Amino acid sequence: MSNITSIEPSGPKPRPWLSWELVIVYGFLIVTSLYFLFPLYIVVITSLKNLDQIRDGNIFFPGANPTFHAWYRAWFEVCTGLDCRGIHPNFLNSVIITVPSVLVSISVAITTGYALNNWPFRFSESFFTVLIIGSFVPYQVMLYPMVLLTKNMGIYSTLSAVIFVHTVFGLPILTLLFRNYFASLPVELFKAARVDGAGFWRILLQVFLPMSLPILAVAMILQVTGIWNDFLFGVVFAGPNNYPMTVKLNNIFTSTMGVKEYNVEMAATLLTGAVPLALYFFSGKYFVRGIAAGAVKG
Amino acid sequence: MAQAQTSRPVHSVSIRGLAQSYGAVQVLKQLDLDIPDGEFLVLLGPSGCGKSTLLNCIAGLLEPTHGQVFIKGKNVTWEEPKDRGIGMVFQSYALYPQMTVERNLSFGLRVAGMAKEEIDKRVKRASEILQIGPLLDRKPMQLSGGQRQRVAIGRALVRDVDVFLFDEPLSNLDAKLRAELRVEIKRLHQRLGNTMIYVTHDQIEAMTLADRIAVMKGGSIQQLDSPMTIYNKPKNRYVAGFIGSPGMNFLKSEIEGAGAKAILKFGSGKISLKDYAPVAPLMPKQVAFGVRPEHIRINAGAEAGLSDSFDAVVDIVEPMGSDSLVWLNVANQTMSARVESSEQYKPGEKVKIRFRVGLASLFDEATGDRL
Ligand SMILES: Nc1ncnc2c1ncn2[C@@H]1O[C@H](COP(=O)(O)OP(=O)(O)O)[C@@H](O)[C@H]1O
Ligand SMILES: [Mg+2]
Repeated sequence: MSNITSIEPSGPKPRPWLSWELVIVYGFLIVTSLYFLFPLYIVVITSLKNLDQIRDGNIFFPGANPTFHAWYRAWFEVCTGLDCRGIHPNFLNSVIITVPSVLVSISVAITTGYALNNWPFRFSESFFTVLIIGSFVPYQVMLYPMVLLTKNMGIYSTLSAVIFVHTVFGLPILTLLFRNYFASLPVELFKAARVDGAGFWRILLQVFLPMSLPILAVAMILQVTGIWNDFLFGVVFAGPNNYPMTVKLNNIFTSTMGVKEYNVEMAATLLTGAVPLALYFFSGKYFVRGIAAGAVKG
Repeated sequence: MAQAQTSRPVHSVSIRGLAQSYGAVQVLKQLDLDIPDGEFLVLLGPSGCGKSTLLNCIAGLLEPTHGQVFIKGKNVTWEEPKDRGIGMVFQSYALYPQMTVERNLSFGLRVAGMAKEEIDKRVKRASEILQIGPLLDRKPMQLSGGQRQRVAIGRALVRDVDVFLFDEPLSNLDAKLRAELRVEIKRLHQRLGNTMIYVTHDQIEAMTLADRIAVMKGGSIQQLDSPMTIYNKPKNRYVAGFIGSPGMNFLKSEIEGAGAKAILKFGSGKISLKDYAPVAPLMPKQVAFGVRPEHIRINAGAEAGLSDSFDAVVDIVEPMGSDSLVWLNVANQTMSARVESSEQYKPGEKVKIRFRVGLASLFDEATGDRL
């Protein structure tokens, strides 16, 4: 035992400090991070300058005495057309659209996903196929029929129309998401609950729902970011008085009256992106799973 | 299954013409089965033979394609699982992961709307019987496999069911724990006296636990008998091969002469069949001579009940501690013999073997049926 020589392999195998693989991986990571972080940096420093500093200074360097004045203007004062209330009314619109759309679409989808997986009915297989197709149909195809439908329902050009459309379009992918999640749970759990006498709702609410927190988080992230960032449905269905934040932001950029206030535009951009940004920061690993799940959407 | 029609005692569980198909695949084929009150019945068979399907049909978790299920004389074919008086224990435990042990045990009782004091009383009794009292506040994640399975049994226990259904409850446990829990299940049965239907592919569990074993193959029951009858008088070669470890030895041989004059021709030698009790008078034909490892004696003298001796060569010796397995080459066929561990043999050694013919089995080489 005692005459182990130094050349005898023992313990962890020595590895070179630097290898080609590492250089490539880290190189790629650093380049992509810069690609995304650099514009963000420009946006942030510009939003903290005043107009003189923007005109005279270098775009790449922060100005002296950073100020939130542009943020205030973006929130309360910036004009599009004759409306000079800033973007805060549209922030409210976005909230009013997002909260019910997310809650209703997730509640309905979790129930249908569970029913499809655990309570097969005569046409459940066909229904499932339709759902898969449904989640791949491009939204544009459905746009005009949806306009007609909401007009007939008498909600076109209101926030209700946007909520309705978001809820309906979210259902296929969410139902698939939940169905697949429930399919991954052991069937014996469902059987045990049935033997214990639990019915449809009790099994869903008392057995499955408490086990579904990870997938609920994923669905929540998918929906909140998707609906908050939506532009198309907002333009088409909300009507000029109810635009969500994204549409308002676009109008700020394109309105051509007076001097172009880059700092206010940047501040408005950051304010609009704040909700998804905060969600990305606070939901870490769930967000990654959400991306993976969203990849199915194509 | 003719005995079903003759007398009509109220059986705990009865099955009539039960069949289950998935598309064109028949998983259960017209099963009839009567289980008396308080019996421990084991359904034994290889994976995929339809054991779980049968159990799920009894539980009401699966609608049979044809046939009826009776529990306590009542036709429950269309009843919900909760209304059948059954409790079920699964291989994967199937405990509700977000609930404590106490909530797991009481879930079914709370669903039924039982009064709090009664629930507490029953949970207390079950946790005493299963010795899980100290675990009541834990979540399933914090329990070992054996503890989890105890809780799962407790879930059936608190509901005071007539029939316990077990679907391979010990298969996820390691060997030592499996042996322990096996004894506990047997003790539980002795204490409660409930009817229990127990699915397993493990022949040792079947032998040790069962009042009767139903050996299944491809969706039908091959033999339904007490463990000792199944072991000693298997109805066909399939049953014989499934029970016993290592399995029964089968020697290709031939019957010469009929009835009382029948003898077995094996290699160059002959075996007298005067000790063998045939099902029907023997006829000359190709047969498999089935003999269990413990019914082969090595280098034993002539003795009542033993056949003439045959030449064999020792191939491999496997010491088991309590006894040893000797693998032999006999007339170009391999067989195993179980011997006292004091008997020592070496590979390549030439030995003489004798068979205990009265405890052996003869199977028709063509049909596999016992002769
Ligand atoms: N839902 C199903 N659809 C199609 N085939 C099934 C289904 N469930 C079980 N089977 C088939 O039925 C046979 C018996 O299954 P099972 O009762 O689980 O066997 P065991 O419990 O004896 O291992 C298997 O061959 C299995 O593939
Ligand atoms: Mg099974």
